[in-house]
Amino acid sequence: MAYSEKVVDHYNNPRNVGSFAKDTPGLGTGLVGAPECGDVMKLQIKVNLDTGVIEDAKFKTFGCGSAIASSSLATEWLKGKTVDEASKIKNTDIVNELKLPPVKIHCSVLAEDAIKAALADYREKHAGTDAGKTPA
Amino acid sequence: MALKFPIFMDSQSTTPVDPRVVDAMIPYFTEKFGHPASRNHSFGWEAEGAVDRAREQIARLVGARDPKEVIFTSGGTESINLAIKGVAEMYREKGNHIVTTAIEQRASLDVCKRLERQGYQVTYVPVRPDGLVDVEAIRQAITDKTILISVMYANNEIGTIQDVAAIGRLAKEKGIIFHSDATQAVGKIPVNVETAGIDLLSCTAHLIYGPKGVGALYVRRRAPRVRIAPQIDGGGHERGMRSGTLPVPLIVGFGRAAEICGEVMGEEGARLAKLRDRLQDMILSKVDEAYLNGHPERRLPHNLNISFAYVEGESVLMGLNKESALSSGSACTSSTLEPSYVIGALGASAELAHSSIRFSLHRFTTEEEIEHVGARTIEVIKRLREMSPLYELAKEGVDLKSIHWKAE
Repeated sequence: MAYSEKVVDHYNNPRNVGSFAKDTPGLGTGLVGAPECGDVMKLQIKVNLDTGVIEDAKFKTFGCGSAIASSSLATEWLKGKTVDEASKIKNTDIVNELKLPPVKIHCSVLAEDAIKAALADYREKHAGTDAGKTPA
Repeated sequence: MALKFPIFMDSQSTTPVDPRVVDAMIPYFTEKFGHPASRNHSFGWEAEGAVDRAREQIARLVGARDPKEVIFTSGGTESINLAIKGVAEMYREKGNHIVTTAIEQRASLDVCKRLERQGYQVTYVPVRPDGLVDVEAIRQAITDKTILISVMYANNEIGTIQDVAAIGRLAKEKGIIFHSDATQAVGKIPVNVETAGIDLLSCTAHLIYGPKGVGALYVRRRAPRVRIAPQIDGGGHERGMRSGTLPVPLIVGFGRAAEICGEVMGEEGARLAKLRDRLQDMILSKVDEAYLNGHPERRLPHNLNISFAYVEGESVLMGLNKESALSSGSACTSSTLEPSYVIGALGASAELAHSSIRFSLHRFTTEEEIEHVGARTIEVIKRLREMSPLYELAKEGVDLKSIHWKAE
């Protein structure tokens, strides 16, 4: 199977690989997938607590090239979005952007799950504060 | 010598045709195009002579007493189908039980699954962590209904070489037919159907530097005389066991390939084992948590299979595929989207099955290629581990098994 140019580009030059320090303010972490299934994604967002905007995002992925590309793309898209906007990212957007073939759609689903998990983690940790709400 | 890319290190999937084989084949496409079953003219005689010569060359390579015991087929898959289904059908009155192993190639397993749907019973004997099947476990699996033992000679993924001679003795003792899928072993290591007590043996040309589209089934004629029900009906070619016009150019190529393998096997095997060991040492000395799959000694000389913890196989291949061709047991590289059942059968975790990489060397593999592939593999593994959340967790001292993973 040949890979799309965008998948190859993300694989060769993954954006935002890494992890934030555990005590980073405004941090949300999603860890999804399972080693026995062959893919695990860790996706982290760093939200500005004043504005509710995702300032930075990082990922680490155990998985095939398409899984790496999907999570790399997700971090790019997350940056600059508010938490609410970020929750609207759909796996189909990732499929279209990376031109993923049908057998790789699960990679995009996992990336969407990772985004949702990171947002949920952020909301849980910052519940009761104003942070996380879209500014008026 | 300058490296030429891409480097092919996937010879257990197929091999390039040896130029000497191509030379032997060419006249049989054009001038010598006769049908070997044409009994009344020189075109037919010429073709028949060429086929008989190839039969002898293959018989010699596998130690068959009589070239007539070699039946040509379209390849390994057909040979396996013919052997297992042919015995099952022919000896149905005698019994309905087949003993095989959990790590046979897909063709064997799929034939067995079909037979199960048709009312046959199949026992899939497990293997030890080194990939060897315990001959005693085969003995235990035998019942009074057992009509066939089918065990591969050497495994296509991990290269483990089974103790076929012991299995052959057991089969003989019990009066059960023994089939061995030797597609990966023939031409690479000495195979002898007489000393190993093999009654049916499957092999294929394209894994021994011959053309794709032709294989053979050895069918023992004496002590015991093995009978198989044909699976393709027609003109009664190949002693009635496999009808169909023989592809003479392919058969000529197969024969020549077998002859060359017989001549060079000893030297070639030793050279490849040395290169393989170099590659193995290079990788295992530089990469932590890299695990050799299969038996460390009882192994095909050209095979190396390693699982790299915390990285997924397809992503490793993707990092290497611009310059080298390898294969992986990862689900993402299989047509079934399941990780390698062979690595799984060794008792390894599914994660390690997803992480397995097979390097398979061949006649034209050079030392420079080994050095290059070894160095690049190490680089790619390091890069992917930097990107792996599992590696990070493991380095933090987290036991990955303690995490409650949310599977998709």
